Amino acid sequence: MGMRVETVAPIETIQKSPSNWSILGRELLKDKMAIGSLIFLFLFLIGIYGSIALINQDEVTKIDLMAIQAAPSADHWLGTDDAGRDIFGQLVIGARNSFTIGFMITILSAAIGLTIGLIAGFFGGLVDNVIMRFIDFILVLPFLMLVIVFVTIIPKYGVWEFIAIMTAFLWVGKARLIRAKVLAERELDYVQASKTLGTPNWKIITFGILPNLSSIVIVNLTLNLAGNIGIETGLSYLGFGLPDGTPSLGTLVSSATNPVILEQYWWMWLPASLLILVLILAINFIGQALKRATDAKQRLG
Amino acid sequence: MWKFTLRRILIMIPQLFVLSVLIFFVAKAMPGDALSGAIEANPKVSAQVLEEQREKLGLNDPAWVQYGRWLGNLFQGDLGKSYVHKVGVTDLIGSRLANTFYLGVAILILTYVISIPLGILSGRYQNTLLDKTITGYTYLSFATPIFIFSLLVLFVFGFRLGWFPTSGSVDVGVQPGTWAYVVNKFYHLILPACAGALVSTTATIQYLRNEVIDTRLKDFVKTARSKGVPESKVYSRHILRNSLLPIAAFLGYDLTAVLAGNLFIESIFGYPGLGQLFLQSITQRDFSVVTALVMLSGLLALIGTLLSDLILSWVDPRIRMG
Repeated sequence: MGMRVETVAPIETIQKSPSNWSILGRELLKDKMAIGSLIFLFLFLIGIYGSIALINQDEVTKIDLMAIQAAPSADHWLGTDDAGRDIFGQLVIGARNSFTIGFMITILSAAIGLTIGLIAGFFGGLVDNVIMRFIDFILVLPFLMLVIVFVTIIPKYGVWEFIAIMTAFLWVGKARLIRAKVLAERELDYVQASKTLGTPNWKIITFGILPNLSSIVIVNLTLNLAGNIGIETGLSYLGFGLPDGTPSLGTLVSSATNPVILEQYWWMWLPASLLILVLILAINFIGQALKRATDAKQRLG
Repeated sequence: MWKFTLRRILIMIPQLFVLSVLIFFVAKAMPGDALSGAIEANPKVSAQVLEEQREKLGLNDPAWVQYGRWLGNLFQGDLGKSYVHKVGVTDLIGSRLANTFYLGVAILILTYVISIPLGILSGRYQNTLLDKTITGYTYLSFATPIFIFSLLVLFVFGFRLGWFPTSGSVDVGVQPGTWAYVVNKFYHLILPACAGALVSTTATIQYLRNEVIDTRLKDFVKTARSKGVPESKVYSRHILRNSLLPIAAFLGYDLTAVLAGNLFIESIFGYPGLGQLFLQSITQRDFSVVTALVMLSGLLALIGTLLSDLILSWVDPRIRMG
């Protein structure tokens, strides 16, 4: 009898209502800003990853004393910086680094947050209590200040260290969100039924609860990706982000800390600033459209 | 209520302890100490003198002894001495605290002055052009990184248009205590405060909008309307009364941001507050200042959440039960 319940149920649900994925897709295509953002993001990704073979980092970061602080021209599309390095080339490399690293931080913190949130929410009790006290504590800490302190004190500071520091702080928010959802989910009949049938806990979590959280996770991932790119570029702007050999979009913006450059050499910092702004806005618009899709009350129709 | 308050305060004690240990050992782990910068590079100072100096300052003691001493001093309000500025950390922080406080309060007031009316309007005129514009603005303000927005604001209004000063908290040569001084300080505050406030309104606007939309259709509001209560009173007396109270509770969380300083705004607008002090100190390896500032922010954050939790539980008794 157990067999019959398990095989029949999924087929029925597919016929009754559209899947989460098709709702997400449909909502996305109804929002003009989201479509525009998708197209932009698509072109952006092709641009930054397609140019790996075309733009050589050593070539771009070569100091050219003949072309210091040159205004935009045919040779240098966005001019050069105070060491004669091509801004456009740096922009592409910086965008690639910022996006890749923001993406990795997002995925890693999601993986940790998801695992811990599922465990805390599903098992509850003492496990949940201990984990939640710990999470509450980390959430209260002055996040930016501590990241800056860690970035300064780590001896062999590199890209992976930066990712690790950021992830160490960022998984907690995700874990909290997932835990709250799991708490509601585990009271539902299907989980109780599986438990009664003797399905092992790990199976209920991975094949029962997790798929039901997928849309929330996707929305959260998207919004977090935008947020994490913002934090990384911001920290790089302050000089506590990506290490020296890895230019970020924020590194380019940081030339604006010099008032002369801010005022007179706009091409050194403005393109990078606008690219960060548009990139984060685009990812957010996609995220917001997806968020509306997960909340039936707010759907466009 | 008392039981909840007491329990909530008791939770704070281990948190404080963990916070202090964490920050102390992080500070100890910083490369180099106060003597390794300018003093060590000076050839006139021999290695032996340096070593004596380290011994005298207690930098050679075991870590837990140093922690005990640090904590003991902390309780007496002594946060150590800044090796760069040659003054006590408490005095140094005190000299910057006022600026950060003014900026924080200005941002806070502006944020609520903007977001409360917008949130109410957006909910009241749901799905109109006005609502869509306000919602569009919340999307923008949610997504825009504060450092990019600040830079653009500074570039346009500070440098290009020249309407506002581009750095500092007051002009050199303005006599403290005069009316002109107050005006000048206020003038320096406008741009950073606007930049900070315009990007931090999202949560309040969205919260109020949802509250108004949800409450608008509830039975007690319908009853009020059917009894002929004018629309403006329906909003001020019936709908907003419930919705505005939790906002008072959010102030506790905001309090943290007020005093902890905003790293980006202060650094971009060259505003001499705690955030700027933190960034300068960490660059100069002035670790007693860094430690004190992180500890202060952590402490304020703990107090802020405590206040918020208490206000929320007072406003909404369901929280106390849980």
